[in-house]
Amino acid sequence: MGSWAIAVHGGAGVDPCLPAVRQEEARRVLSRCLKLGAGALQAGLTAVDVVEMVVRELETDPVFNSGRGSALTRRGTVEMEASIMDGRGRRCGAVSGLSTVKNPVSLARLVMDRSPHSYLAFDGAEDFAREQGVEMVDNSYFITEENVSMLKLAKEANSIMFDYRVPIPGVDSCSAIAGLMGAKAEGGLQMNGLPINVYAPETVGCVVVDNNGWCAAATSTGGLMNKMSGRIGDSPLIGSGTYACDVCAVSCTGEGEAIIRSTLARDVAALMEYKGLSLQEAVDYAIKERLDEGNAGLIAVSRNGEVAYGFNTVGMFRGSATQDGFMEVGIW
Amino acid sequence: MGWAIALHGGAGDIPLSLPAEGRAPREAALRHCLELGVAALKANRPPLDVVELVVRELENSPCFNAGKGSVLTTNGTVEMEACIMDGNTKKCGAVSGLSTVVNAISLARLVMERTPHIYLAFDGAEAFAREQGVETAHSSHFITPENVERLKNAKEAKRVQIDYTEPIKGAIPSSIGDSQIGTVGCVAVDGHGILASATSTGGLVNKMAGRIGDTPIIGAGTYANSYCAVSATGKGESIIQATVARDVAALMEYKGLSLKEAAAYVIERTPKGNVGLVAVSANGEVTMPFNTTGMFRACATEDGYSEIGIWPSGINGDLEYPNK
Repeated sequence: MGSWAIAVHGGAGVDPCLPAVRQEEARRVLSRCLKLGAGALQAGLTAVDVVEMVVRELETDPVFNSGRGSALTRRGTVEMEASIMDGRGRRCGAVSGLSTVKNPVSLARLVMDRSPHSYLAFDGAEDFAREQGVEMVDNSYFITEENVSMLKLAKEANSIMFDYRVPIPGVDSCSAIAGLMGAKAEGGLQMNGLPINVYAPETVGCVVVDNNGWCAAATSTGGLMNKMSGRIGDSPLIGSGTYACDVCAVSCTGEGEAIIRSTLARDVAALMEYKGLSLQEAVDYAIKERLDEGNAGLIAVSRNGEVAYGFNTVGMFRGSATQDGFMEVGIW
Repeated sequence: MGWAIALHGGAGDIPLSLPAEGRAPREAALRHCLELGVAALKANRPPLDVVELVVRELENSPCFNAGKGSVLTTNGTVEMEACIMDGNTKKCGAVSGLSTVVNAISLARLVMERTPHIYLAFDGAEAFAREQGVETAHSSHFITPENVERLKNAKEAKRVQIDYTEPIKGAIPSSIGDSQIGTVGCVAVDGHGILASATSTGGLVNKMAGRIGDTPIIGAGTYANSYCAVSATGKGESIIQATVARDVAALMEYKGLSLKEAAAYVIERTPKGNVGLVAVSANGEVTMPFNTTGMFRACATEDGYSEIGIWPSGINGDLEYPNK
């Protein structure tokens, strides 16, 4: 009791052909964020402060696709969402439909701390952001060249799904074409309806248990490439993408619709509270039994200082660290 | 086993002194909606259809805080939200931030059936509504004089009310007394154990624009799986953090509680005055617990039981004793 633990993720559903240089880049960012969180925990910061701080870092770094580098809607804009939950008292805050707020997770925190509500979205959320004086930027800040081409590929893939004979303009790499064809012809690896090499995981998250045994979780995302404008996924939904209570904290990533349907984050905690499973047992059960045909992953910590993760996707960018000096990052 | 249905028109601080002109139309609406739902179940309509049609009827009634009769945001506008879930497949649909759609619950169903998504909100949801050609109306269709007055009272009382909250002593008395309306919802099960849940609302009086409550959040205000279907009402923020609807089902599945035990367990652990729910199980059981002063509710089961109520059974002023 009384030992801290932290886990982070940068999204589930990774292209098995991801170039080595990109893998290295991801590992570096995950390590850096873990060390940031670990340092804060050593210094005695509370769980909810640490998850916010770490997710801010993940949002700001363009390597992971939340905040800067977020997925684009079918209109080519960015709509971000996030949620945060403090297991101490199960207070929570969430935001959706942000287009100019630099750090969505921090606005979610302000909803929790400074509004009478738990969840604000779209214009109302942006108005609140202005009132609170948070850092705001033009929507173009979040849009990267890479994601503009990814959107193009995604649109083509969505139509390609219906006719594999149509040539794919603008796709340079043989592996990308092979991926698209393969995905259609053989029902190959897909995430959220897109071939794995077109899909890019879009969510980041952090879970922490602090020195006092208090748990907290936070998740942030740009959503889904080519999503309909106004589409809300699992990340801002308490009980689906994010959950924290007395016994544990959970942050999920993957196919949003599958995570919502299975109320994945709450289920991990419910399995512990109501069925008496341990953290790892609950995580394994949830991933194995609750997702049906869906693809997702999650990270979790318990009030006892344990850390666990699980995923049924090809990979999940992740890292974890505990007070006794253990630290690891992983993708596969 | 057998079919069962339960519906609600909102939980809150409904005063026992509610005058006849406040009670009568609401009683009539509950009775009418119950009859519609029962007829549909007897005609073997799937539970998903049944909960949608009952909630549509509740939305169209100006007596309840959904659709026509929705409470107003701090800007004097309506922002409606709804959610529907099919217990058989666990498919679900949700919408928020609607201002022109006459039946939010039906748009939620279209999100579920005609998009790859679960949840659409605000401008995106309104655009989808237009694409789908659903019935829309000007805001004057939804806004009632009673709700204009409620907003005025709330602003004067300088606080956010849940659907049914008596004005603070000393606040300027209104001609309608208090907030006598609430979220609406319906849960149903057929003779095969197939379950469905639907909930719809205008939200919280004087809420911030953009505020989303529990209703459209799967697992909070609405949930259905193979064990039970649940629709909750009350203070949204409390229902979200307690994942009320999901917890009822989880307690049945993971802890082996009965429907009644699971629902009571959840209600007891939520702050008093904050929540009510209606739920049915795959076996055709029904429960309608609440920790508020009252909850507008009605239910019926295939074996002939039916009940319409406002306050806890046995409290003076209750409408009809359960009949067998």
